[in-house]
Amino acid sequence: MLFDIFIAPFLDMVDSPAFFVEVVIVGLLTGVMYSLVALGFVLIFKASGVFNFAQGVMVLFAALTLVGLMEHSVPIWLALVLTVAVMVVLAYMVEWLMLRRLVNQEGIVLFMATIGLSFVLQGLGETVWGSNVKPLDIGIPDASFEIYGVLLNEFDIFAAASGAILVAVLAVFFHYTRIGRALRAVADDHQAALSVGIPLKTIWVIVWAVAGIVGLVAGIMWGAKSGVQFSLSLIALKALPVLILGGFTSVPGAIVGGLIIGVGEKIAEIYWGPLVGGAIENWFAYVLALVFLLFRPQGLFGEKIIERV
Amino acid sequence: MSEAATLNRDAAAVGDTRPPILRVNNIEVIYDHVILVLKGVSLEVPEGGIVALLGANGAGKTTTLKAISNLLRAERGDITKGSIEFEGTAVDAMTPNELVKRGVIQVMEGRHCFEHLTIEENLLTGAYTRGGARASIKRDLEKVYDYFPRLKERRTSLAGYTSGGEQQMCAIGRALMSRPKMILLDEPSMGLAPQLVETIFETVKRLNEKEGVSFLLAEQNTNVALRYAKYGYILENGRVVLDGEAETLRENEDIKEFYLGLSAGGRRSYRDVKHYKRRKRWLA
Repeated sequence: MLFDIFIAPFLDMVDSPAFFVEVVIVGLLTGVMYSLVALGFVLIFKASGVFNFAQGVMVLFAALTLVGLMEHSVPIWLALVLTVAVMVVLAYMVEWLMLRRLVNQEGIVLFMATIGLSFVLQGLGETVWGSNVKPLDIGIPDASFEIYGVLLNEFDIFAAASGAILVAVLAVFFHYTRIGRALRAVADDHQAALSVGIPLKTIWVIVWAVAGIVGLVAGIMWGAKSGVQFSLSLIALKALPVLILGGFTSVPGAIVGGLIIGVGEKIAEIYWGPLVGGAIENWFAYVLALVFLLFRPQGLFGEKIIERV
Repeated sequence: MSEAATLNRDAAAVGDTRPPILRVNNIEVIYDHVILVLKGVSLEVPEGGIVALLGANGAGKTTTLKAISNLLRAERGDITKGSIEFEGTAVDAMTPNELVKRGVIQVMEGRHCFEHLTIEENLLTGAYTRGGARASIKRDLEKVYDYFPRLKERRTSLAGYTSGGEQQMCAIGRALMSRPKMILLDEPSMGLAPQLVETIFETVKRLNEKEGVSFLLAEQNTNVALRYAKYGYILENGRVVLDGEAETLRENEDIKEFYLGLSAGGRRSYRDVKHYKRRKRWLA
């Protein structure tokens, strides 16, 4: 028994390295998708201190809007532009109808408001676009090819590459632009940001819009894989362990956390799964998150609280 | 208002007929709809002046400054009476963003630098309201570094890891980046070594003389404040109880006794304390 748990899986890994590499790569690619969802949470949490329960539904809503438009034979590029516009309008509405009215309230009040938001969005999306499963075809072939004996999927590579580009663009935006700096300033100290004339309301709209667009990218990737349907909003649940692992306030944390969880659950599933009859993939992330909560609650990259006396 | 102070103010008014850059007119501030913090505060800052707002903890200094910069609303405070005019226009309803654009900026008590941003990034956030005017922002950055050479050395450090003095310089420098006409400086001496306090106040004086920035500074350190300010207001319990030229205030027996810790000689009897209290009631 002990041999089965502690030794046999590693022997398997060494036995067929090509297969192991394949598992890791598939894990990394799934991980990128988790990261994308987690990124949306981090952005909003950093800038407005709100844990946005509706992030998952925003992913669904964005994907639904895109597919719905394409079903009405809108060309894909136009549908993309329109969906981005919808997400920006949504961000504006959230600020106008929700955040503005809840300034200075407890975090839990804002959290509850986002639960409400998730119901509204879900209802709105399904009322407008219908609730049946819709296939999303963005014209990237789902073909596999082989390099050095490692089987890869073209679509996964595409998804990972878009994720990487998105993250790089965000990093540049945050560090080298005026608005990006203002976003980080707001994340650090609302009061001080207000005092130097940074308008919080504008910043909130921008952050929610960016989170919406990140959600759209995640929605496209997941939607193209498994169809656009309600269960898409549940991947937000997968983002929770990612956040705990990476830290709620860290963009790199969201990315690395996503990758670790993606790889970890694939490896656990393939090599340890058979021991317990499979389906480790479904709970592995949460157990890992629990361990992290015990030993490193701020996550891998969570901002340490700088304290000077 | 004591007679001497009134006389002095009249004299100042005769000598200088320019309208004040800031006029606060009998404002009342209520927090959370129930807590009355300011009970009718009036004050004026002449253009190019340094005015000190003095008083103990909880007297209402910070609230007065926040009422002017309109940071109050973010703390559920509200101006329920009175008016505030900057350069002759009413500014009570303006957002901090609009006020900073007009040239009024507050440096908050406890500095409030952005801890996870570098010193230079902190300074740049101060230029937020100026949009993308890169060349002139760069020039102003160099100017701030001229005033605070220490900041240039620390430009790449995270503000959270710099010393209290450096953070105070950073906060003032950040405000300067918005090209203010007037800075509301809240408790710049807090938690700093006496020598550093002098440095900060010297810089305030230089900024006032060279850049023409007007200052309204709230201080508990009455001694230092009255040496650098030209005029002072003493706030107690949300009311102005005394005001006058800084020199007059420094000579005032009550201020010597209660704020500067100097007394004419030996212990004073309770009778004198009573006299002061009585006067305060009368003034209120």
